[in-house]
Amino acid sequence: MKLKYRKRALRYNLITYGMVIFFYVLWEIMMNTGNMSSLMKGMLVSLCYYSMLAVSLNLVVGISGELSLGHAGFMCIGAFTGAIFAMTIGAALPGWLELLIAIILGALVSAAFGFLIGIPVLRLRGDYLAIVTLAFGEIIKNVINVVYFGIDSRGPHISFKDSLSLGLEPDGVTIIKGAQGISRLPRNATFTLGIILLLISLFIVLNLINSRHGRAIMAIRDNRIAAESIGISASKYKMLAFVIASSIAGVAGVLYSHNLSTLQSTSANFGYNQSIMILVFVVLGGIGNIRNSVIAATILTILPEKLRFLDDYRMLIYAVVLIAMMLFNSAPSAIEFRARMAAKFARRKNSAEVDDER
Amino acid sequence: MKKWRIAAAAVVASMMLAACGGSAEETTTAATEAAAEEAEAAETEAEAEEAEASEGAVWTFGGLGPITGSTAIYGTAVMNGAQIAVDEVNEAGGINGYQVNWIFEDDEAGTETAVNAYNALKDQGMQMLIGTTTSGSCMAVIAETEADNMFQITPSGTTADITAPANVWRMCFSDPAQGTKSAEFIATHELATKIGVIYDSSDTYSSGIYENFAAEAANQGLEIVAAEAFTSESNTDFRTQLQIIQDAGAELVFLPFYYTEASLVLRQANEMGYEPMFFGCDGMDGILTLPDFDVSLAEGLMLLTPFAADATDDKTVSFVTKYEEKFGETPNQFAADAYDCVYVLKQAMEAAGVTPDMSVSDLCDAVCAEMVNVSYDGLTGAGISFSEDGEPNKEPRAVRIENGAYVMMD
Amino acid sequence: MSSFISFLINGISLGSVYAIIALGYTMVYGIAKMLNFAHGDVIMVGGYVVFLATSILGLPAWAAILMAVVVCTLLGITIERIAYKPLRGASSLSVLITAIGVSYFLQNAALILFGADTKSFNSVVNLPSLKLMDGAITISDETLVTIVVCILVMVLLTAFINKTKTGQAMLAVSADRGAATLMGINVNKTIAVTFAIGSGLAAIAGVLLCSSYPVLSSTTGSMPGIKAFTAAVFGGIGSIPGAMIGGLLLGIIENLSKAYISSQLSDPIVFGILIIVLLFKPSGLMGKQIQEKV
Repeated sequence: MKLKYRKRALRYNLITYGMVIFFYVLWEIMMNTGNMSSLMKGMLVSLCYYSMLAVSLNLVVGISGELSLGHAGFMCIGAFTGAIFAMTIGAALPGWLELLIAIILGALVSAAFGFLIGIPVLRLRGDYLAIVTLAFGEIIKNVINVVYFGIDSRGPHISFKDSLSLGLEPDGVTIIKGAQGISRLPRNATFTLGIILLLISLFIVLNLINSRHGRAIMAIRDNRIAAESIGISASKYKMLAFVIASSIAGVAGVLYSHNLSTLQSTSANFGYNQSIMILVFVVLGGIGNIRNSVIAATILTILPEKLRFLDDYRMLIYAVVLIAMMLFNSAPSAIEFRARMAAKFARRKNSAEVDDER
Repeated sequence: MKKWRIAAAAVVASMMLAACGGSAEETTTAATEAAAEEAEAAETEAEAEEAEASEGAVWTFGGLGPITGSTAIYGTAVMNGAQIAVDEVNEAGGINGYQVNWIFEDDEAGTETAVNAYNALKDQGMQMLIGTTTSGSCMAVIAETEADNMFQITPSGTTADITAPANVWRMCFSDPAQGTKSAEFIATHELATKIGVIYDSSDTYSSGIYENFAAEAANQGLEIVAAEAFTSESNTDFRTQLQIIQDAGAELVFLPFYYTEASLVLRQANEMGYEPMFFGCDGMDGILTLPDFDVSLAEGLMLLTPFAADATDDKTVSFVTKYEEKFGETPNQFAADAYDCVYVLKQAMEAAGVTPDMSVSDLCDAVCAEMVNVSYDGLTGAGISFSEDGEPNKEPRAVRIENGAYVMMD
Repeated sequence: MSSFISFLINGISLGSVYAIIALGYTMVYGIAKMLNFAHGDVIMVGGYVVFLATSILGLPAWAAILMAVVVCTLLGITIERIAYKPLRGASSLSVLITAIGVSYFLQNAALILFGADTKSFNSVVNLPSLKLMDGAITISDETLVTIVVCILVMVLLTAFINKTKTGQAMLAVSADRGAATLMGINVNKTIAVTFAIGSGLAAIAGVLLCSSYPVLSSTTGSMPGIKAFTAAVFGGIGSIPGAMIGGLLLGIIENLSKAYISSQLSDPIVFGILIIVLLFKPSGLMGKQIQEKV
C-alpha cells in the first residue's frame, strides 16, 4: 500500500518535471527557429515567476489549508530586496553572481518576513486569516511605496517623506524614489534561469508534500484537533509551509525585478488584486494540485494577452471565461455531469474493446 | 475519474500548444491587413518589410496606454487624439507618400502589461511608438525600445528619466519642468509665500512634480507650510488634508494631480468655507468640461497648461470639433499631445526622407537625427522644438479660470 | 480643538458610508457564508443608475433612488442565480473566485457602457449644512443624511431579522444550514432574499457614497468595498451591530491617522490596527467565538 502510494507520487512528480522541461525545450526551439511572436517571447520569464507564485501559494492554500490573500506582498519584498542589491553592491559584480546572490538574499529576506508575519497570522482561522494576510500585503505595498532610499559617501539614508529629506551629499544617488520606485534596473533574467528556479521550487514543494512533514501538514489541514492529539505541532508545521511559500514567492519577486527595467510598488504590481490573481491560478488549477497550478498560471497569463484583438472587450470576456471555468470546474452539478459523461465515454470504449475482441 | 484527468491534461496541453503555435494566426486577425502575413516573422524585420512593400507599403505607428481600468480616460484620449491626426495626415496624402496605419494596445497603466502590449504591437509590424501614456509604464517600455532601437515619443509620460535613452522623446512637460516652473511662477508673480500642497504619493506623476516643486520653492523663498499626501486608494476624501493646510495658514494650495480628484478638493474646500488660491498643473486641464461639475467652484483656479479646449485659434477649434464629432467627448491635453506627436513625427520623417521599407533601427536613427531640427506650431504650443536630450521646448501657458473659461495670464 | 472635532466628524461621515456597505457584506457572509467581492461593484452600478436617472432622464431624486434600489436588487438576484447558486456545496474558495469574476465583469461592463471618463455626480441630498461653534465646524448635509440613513438601516434590518418569518429563516440558515433544511426552510429562497436585501442596501450605499464624494467611474466601488470588508471583519463578520461599529471606527481611525500621523500611511495604520484587534479578539469586536468541536 505504502509502496503504491510512493510510486504514484513519484509518477506524478516525474510527469510534472517532464511537462515543464518539455515546454522549455519546445519553446526554446520555437524561439531559436524564429517561430515565436515577440509577445510570447516577452512573456516567457513572467510565465516562470507566475508559476512559482502559484505553486508556492498552493502550498499555503491547498496543502496547508490557509486562505492567504497577501501573497503578492512577499513577492514585493523579494523584488525590492533583489533590486536594491542589484543597484548597490551587486552593480559591481558580474551578472550571474549578482543574480545568484540576489536570489539567495530575496529568499532569505522573504522567509524572514514570512516567519514574522506568520506568528500572528497563523493563530487565526479561515476568513479572519484571509483578511489579515490581505492587510499585511497592503501594508507592505503601501509602506514600500513611500520609502525613499539613497546612498552617498556617508552611507545609506532612508526617509518616509520625500527625497529631499534624505539629505544626500552631492555624490549620492537616490535608489528608491517613493512611488516612482527603482528605475534603470539590470534586465538579466532569462527563460532558462526562470525554468531552473521553477524546477527547484517544484522540487522543494513536491518533496515536502511527500515527506513526513508534508503528511503532517495535510493532517492538520484535514483535522487539526485529531492531528494535535497524536502529537503533531500544528503551529510548527503550518509555519514551515508558510515560510517556504514566502521564500519561493520572494525568489519569484527577484526574478520579476530582474525581468523589467523598472520596479514600482503599485497596486497593479503588488496589491491585493495581484494576490487574488495568483489565487485564481491556484483555485482554477485545483486546490492542492501542484502541477495544475503551473498549467493554470501559464494559461491564465497567456489568455488576456491572446484576447488583445477584442480591444476593450478583452477584460469583459476574460471575466466571463473565468466565471464559466469556475462553474464548469467546481459546481456540483457540473462535476456530476462530467462524471456521467466520462462514465459513458468509458463504457462506450469498453464495449468497443469487447467488440474488437469478438 | 482518473481517465478524465488525463483527458483534461491532454486538452490543456494541446491548448497550450495552440496558444503558442497559433500565435501567428491570432495576431494576424488582430493586425490590420497591411501587416498581415509578416506578423510572425516580425523578428526578421528587413524581410518582413520587403514583403510588405510589395503589397502596398504603409507606415505603422503604434500607441500604448490604458483603455481599461481606473486610468482608462488618459489612454483613450491618446488613442483618439492621435487617430484624428492620422486621419488628417492620410487625407492629405500620408507621410512621404505612404499612408499611416495607427494601431493601439491597452497597457492597463501597468509595467508588465506595458511590455507585453509593446511586444504585441511589434508583432503587428509597428515601426514607431507613440507612447506610453502613463509615466510608470513608460519607464518599463523605454528599456525595450532602447534595446530594439525603436523610435519612441511619449505624449504624456512626465518622469524625468524617461528621455534618458537617445531614442526616446517627450511631447509634454517633464516633472522637473512643471514643478520648477510652477514654483517660479508663484514666486515671480508674488502670488503667495505660504504654500500648502496636496499630492498623490502613490502616483509617479504627482509625487514627481511635488518633489521638484518643493526643491525649487526653497530656492525661491516660498515656504511650504503643509504637504499632505493621499493615495490612489483613498482619493475621494480630502477634508482632512484641507483642514490641516487651513490650520497651517496656507494662502495658496498647489494641486499637482488630475482634475477628477481636484474637482473633489475644490468642492470639499468650498463646503468647509476655505477659500485659498488654488494652483494646478497640466493634469488639471479638463476640469471645466467635467460633466455636471459646478464650474463656479473652479473660479480663480490657476493652472499651467499647454492646451485649452476652449481656445479660439483655428487649429484648436478644428481639432476640438472633429474630436467631439467623432468620439462625443471634449478632448483634454492628453489627446492634444498625442495629436501633436503625430505631426512632429511627420515633420521629422519628411525631413529625413524615410521610407517604410527601412528597418526599425535605421528609421529610428534617421528620424532622431532630424528631431532636433523640428519646429512645429501645434495645439500645445507655438514653435515647438526639441533639444538633444529629448525634451520639448515650449512655454507652459499659465491660465486663470474666470467666469467658467480660461483667461491667459502673463 | 475645533480641528479635532472636524477630523472626527469627517471620520464619522466616511465611517458611516463604510458601515452601510459593510452591512451588505456582513449579511451575505452571515447567511450564505461567502465573501461577496462583487458587492463593491453593485454599489458602483447603483451610482450609475442614479446618475443616469437624474441627469439623463431628469427624474427627481426619490424616483432615481427607488430605481437604483430596484435595479440593484434585480442585479443581485440575477448574479446569485447565475454565478453563485450553481456553486452551492462547492468549496468557499470557488465561490470567492467566482465573485471576483463577477466583480471584473461588472467593472468592465460599466467601462464599456458608460465610457472611461469620470462622471461628476450631483448630490441627491440638498439640505442646508449644519454650522457649529460660530461656523468653525461645518457638518455637510450629506454627512448628516448618511449617518441618519445608516442608523435607520441598522434598526430596520435588526427588526426585520428578529420580527419577521423570513428574518428568522435567515437566522436559522446562518446558524445551521442542514438543520434549517430539515425544519422545512427553503434555503435557496432565503439566500436569494438575502442577496436581494444586500444588493438593495448596496444601491443606497452607492447613492450616499456618490453624494458624499461626488465622482463616479467604473472602479468607484472597489476600494470602498475592500475597506468595508475590512470594517465588517473588524466588527466581527456576520454581526450587524459589528458592521456598524467596525465601519465607524475604521472611518475615524483612518481620518485621525491621516490628520495626526501621516497622510501617506493612513491605510497601513488602519490595516495595522485591524491586525492588532484580531490578535486579541480573533473573531472581531462583536463576533461570536465559535468553539471547535471534535
